[in-house]
Amino acid sequence: MEQVDKTFNGTVTALKGMSLQVREGDFISLLGPSGCGKSTALRLISDLLHPTSGRITWAGEHDSGDLGVVFQEPTLMPWATVAQNVWLPFRLRGQSYTAVRDDVLQALKLVGLEKFQNSYPRELSGGMKMRVSIARAMVTRPRLILMDEPFAALDEITRFKLNNDLLRLKAAIGCTVIFVTHSVFESVFLSDRIVVMAARPGRVITELAVDAPYPRDADFRTSPEYAAFTRRATDALHDAMGEAA
Amino acid sequence: MSIADPTDPPLQLDADETARLRRKRVEKFGKWLLPALVLVIMLALWDRIVVWNEIPHYILPGPGLVFETLIKDWAMLFEALLVTVQITLMALAVAVVGGVGLAVLFTQSRLVEMSFYPYAVILQVTPIVAIAPLIFIYVDSRIAGLLLCAWLVAFFPVLSNTTLGLNSADHNLRDLFRIYGASRWQTLRFLQLPSALPYFLGGLRIAGGLSLIGAVVAEYVAGTGGLKSGLAFRILEAGYRLNIPRMFAALILIAVTGVIIFAGLSFLSHMLLRKWHESALKRDH
Repeated sequence: MEQVDKTFNGTVTALKGMSLQVREGDFISLLGPSGCGKSTALRLISDLLHPTSGRITWAGEHDSGDLGVVFQEPTLMPWATVAQNVWLPFRLRGQSYTAVRDDVLQALKLVGLEKFQNSYPRELSGGMKMRVSIARAMVTRPRLILMDEPFAALDEITRFKLNNDLLRLKAAIGCTVIFVTHSVFESVFLSDRIVVMAARPGRVITELAVDAPYPRDADFRTSPEYAAFTRRATDALHDAMGEAA
Repeated sequence: MSIADPTDPPLQLDADETARLRRKRVEKFGKWLLPALVLVIMLALWDRIVVWNEIPHYILPGPGLVFETLIKDWAMLFEALLVTVQITLMALAVAVVGGVGLAVLFTQSRLVEMSFYPYAVILQVTPIVAIAPLIFIYVDSRIAGLLLCAWLVAFFPVLSNTTLGLNSADHNLRDLFRIYGASRWQTLRFLQLPSALPYFLGGLRIAGGLSLIGAVVAEYVAGTGGLKSGLAFRILEAGYRLNIPRMFAALILIAVTGVIIFAGLSFLSHMLLRKWHESALKRDH
């Protein structure tokens, strides 16, 4: 999956000449203001949209189990239990629950919700629903997980906690993550590469490397280097906004 | 905030809370008590009006006489009730199968929907009393004619509600299904049908009442007596004979049947949705 490379123009030019090389194991944040084509980029990668021009390629074979997606909303099926929701990717590939129960329970355990497998989504808090959504994205052990502002609707405390957990989970299953956000702090804390984008037309402005070692924990948030990276990312974003205006 | 000391006095109920609890109690009893009270008053009033004005029973019978007739004619009325209920339930079943089937067809193919939806609307808005006589000209079997009439009235709410429900599945979930490469059948089975369930059940409750109305109207039009006559025919027949108490008794049976159908379908709806749907949730405040 080393060469996701794409350039394209939409009718309203949602995204212009975007190129991105994703390496196995990367944690990439797409950072930018609203309307910069971050979500469009994700929809292109997930094959929900097709590029007007340019190409998106994966290195090697891939199937539906190689991709996991987390939306801004938890997007759970309200009529199904937590375990049934996490089972969904397998179910759509024709695998019975008994055949994959271990994987489902393992994924729930990773997000700390194994006790809630028989609960219905409405019985869970916003943060817990999001965890279920993440468990569903990870359950097939995908090579790539796309996250579209997954924590934007959560409160700050829950958000911090889920950020920490996300890094732990990524390390546990060893996947690549492309993460859309408009929070500078979130992108610096999570990613090793930040792609800064600008709006109208949506395009890539610059790319920053956050070369602080993983695992990162709460200490990293208060470290001087975190502050420095945040500074650089903020400046880059500021430039991007300035150019757009 | 402090940790509760066992010697602390029990938590005080403030004025708001006491008022809220009182409201809850009033509502709990009032829900049953008030309609019952209205019923008793109305019956007493009805009875007194008949007695004081010395209204003859072939114009307006008192409630006592109606009740007496209900018991006296029970065997005949109950038999008629069974016929009507049978038509109603069969029509409802056909309405469900036809309504859901058409809705699924409509959502699977936009072309089919565009072609046939206007005709479904036309069937719905044309009064059944106007169509029924024609139906009985062309359909030989009386039972099939009754069924057809009741179905025509009942299937539309099922169709339109289910179509709405099938189309209102969460868009992100749809995307998710596409990303995971779900087939049409899987999307229908695992996403659209469950999303449509609350809408369908809403339509079903309306259809339940309508199929009873359809059955009764059709019986009026079909008219013919014979051994297998429904309640509507009994009402007509009693009317010809100026047997007003029996008309009332039959009317009461029809009304009670309608209420039972509605209550049954509401209960079914509650049981199917109580675990997950907003409509079935109780809120404390």
